[in-house]
Amino acid sequence: MKRLVPVAVHAALLSATLFALYPVLWVLATALSGAPMRSGRVLPWPEQPTLRHFADVLFRDDAIFFTQLANSLFIAAFTALVAVAIAAPAAYAMARFEFVGKRASLRSLLATQMFPGVAAAIPLYLILDFLNLLDTRTGLILVYGSTVVPFAIFQLRTAFEAIPVDLEEAAMVDGATRAQAFFRVVLPAARPALAVTTLFAFMTAWNEFILAATFLSAESRLTLPVVLQRYVGEHSANWAAFSAGATLVTIPVMALFFWLQRHLVAGLNAGGVKG
Amino acid sequence: MAELSLEGIEKTLGSTPILRGVDLDARDGELVVLVGASGCGKSTLLRVIAGLETPDRGRVVLDGRDVTALSPRDRDVAMVFQSYALYPHLSVRDNLVFGLRLQKVARGVIDERVAEVSEMLGLGELLGRLPRELSGGQRQRVAMGRAIARRPKLFLFDEPLSNLDAKLRNKVRVEIKALHRKLRTTTIYVTHDQLEAMTLADRLVVLDRGVVQQVGSPLEVFERPANRFVAGFIGTPPMNLLDVEALDPGLRESLPAGCATLGVRAHQLRAVGEGEALSPGQPRFDVEVLAVEPMGAESWVHGVLAAGEGAAAPAVSADAADGAGRRLIWGSPNWQAPVGERMRWTAEPSALHCFGARGERL
Repeated sequence: MKRLVPVAVHAALLSATLFALYPVLWVLATALSGAPMRSGRVLPWPEQPTLRHFADVLFRDDAIFFTQLANSLFIAAFTALVAVAIAAPAAYAMARFEFVGKRASLRSLLATQMFPGVAAAIPLYLILDFLNLLDTRTGLILVYGSTVVPFAIFQLRTAFEAIPVDLEEAAMVDGATRAQAFFRVVLPAARPALAVTTLFAFMTAWNEFILAATFLSAESRLTLPVVLQRYVGEHSANWAAFSAGATLVTIPVMALFFWLQRHLVAGLNAGGVKG
Repeated sequence: MAELSLEGIEKTLGSTPILRGVDLDARDGELVVLVGASGCGKSTLLRVIAGLETPDRGRVVLDGRDVTALSPRDRDVAMVFQSYALYPHLSVRDNLVFGLRLQKVARGVIDERVAEVSEMLGLGELLGRLPRELSGGQRQRVAMGRAIARRPKLFLFDEPLSNLDAKLRNKVRVEIKALHRKLRTTTIYVTHDQLEAMTLADRLVVLDRGVVQQVGSPLEVFERPANRFVAGFIGTPPMNLLDVEALDPGLRESLPAGCATLGVRAHQLRAVGEGEALSPGQPRFDVEVLAVEPMGAESWVHGVLAAGEGAAAPAVSADAADGAGRRLIWGSPNWQAPVGERMRWTAEPSALHCFGARGERL
């Protein structure tokens, strides 16, 4: 009986993983197929395997894909940076200090999460136009940053609240200013939450389509979700190229996830304080 | 090394007064223990000294300089927290030198201090480990090491032993005492454990509800408690405190006027032998024995004052609240005592303490 339990757990986990991976495997199979996939087949296995579609996507139009990849990477990375840089001190203030308007601030931050991002598309368009930031990477970073910051504040605030105040007080008695205590003790202790927030901000910007499609127009400025969408048009659909593109798009996110994974350590703060 | 002086410290949290005009002096190199029940304000007082709390009124003077308005970092004090508060992402070595690095102390000096502190506290093999890889006792030593490495003017200890098991607590207590003797840094040590307070202190400060009840050497506080609170707080077991009303009329008449409570320590009681006549003026306690607790070297015989001679014994309950003011403990050298039966106990008249209606010593 004791042996059956782990076996059952593993079987359940394996089925869940397969269930989640099945559509991904289909995308991969389509990307690698030299001929259209026959409808009705169950196993995601490519027809006449080839890497041709990947080459098509990568090197079409003088390899503009790499410029667009750079756009996406730049925008996503800076969105993550801006979001964490703004959210971390804000969240720390929310977690540690009492000030007039604290509750109202928290509520209004929460309220921003109730509207879908696209609802703000037109006002944002007008603002970016006014600021001469339409069709620029800076414009998109500002827009994404403003949508990610509220959630990031909530997430980091919870993390900071979980860090014992004793640690900062110890640092301050040891000679640190409040800012030094924040940077040298609180932020390192909140590493797992910072990693999750960074990943969240990066992925939000990386995957976003509607606002990017609205604010960007020049081919060389586009981000990858917009580029991908163009393979599946109203009149024709190049599913193989779309799948190849989609596969390529997931690689940076996976790389980032694996890199950040080592920071997602449960119990990082164990041992710091007793109790 | 420094002298610390607290002048009229008052602190209110919300609408609750925590400290009500605390005056205190710690002389250079002295180990002063603040002791009191939880909620008496001792930890708040320590935080006021550290600069982590600002007093509503009063001054904190360190080495002749008013530091009341200074931030913790500008006071040159080091604190050992109850929770140890080790930086979880830093190795033991980095924890030890955290403060020194902030002060931009030269690398050579830092290395010397680490060597000195790790030798002193036996941390040598632990320097590369993270706090989560240490046992409770080791963490406690690292926390002390972090304070010592900075060579501050003043050490503050906030119940540093309360998270250790009893055996380790005794060991570390002795270590702290030895360390203090070696370093001679002025130290303020907070504890709720009066045994810890008695064994460690050069001078004891007993706090209750934000007011200093008594300041003195452990022996002075033990032998001449300033009031009923101190008498009932210091000592294991605490002093027996008896309502004068419940005493034998002969004894009652011999007490000074205004005496409301009579105190006598358990170890100063003794049983009156059969046929032994008590000299005039020697107190007599007729008790019914409730229970015997063997403590090892002695036994605690719990008794309750019986009604006057010849009267029927009162109905006795083992409930502690019941009979407060009439219950007492005798620290007996014997393991045996006749539970449920009557005994006669006595003490030297000099061992008696009288407290007035407001608890003050008479």
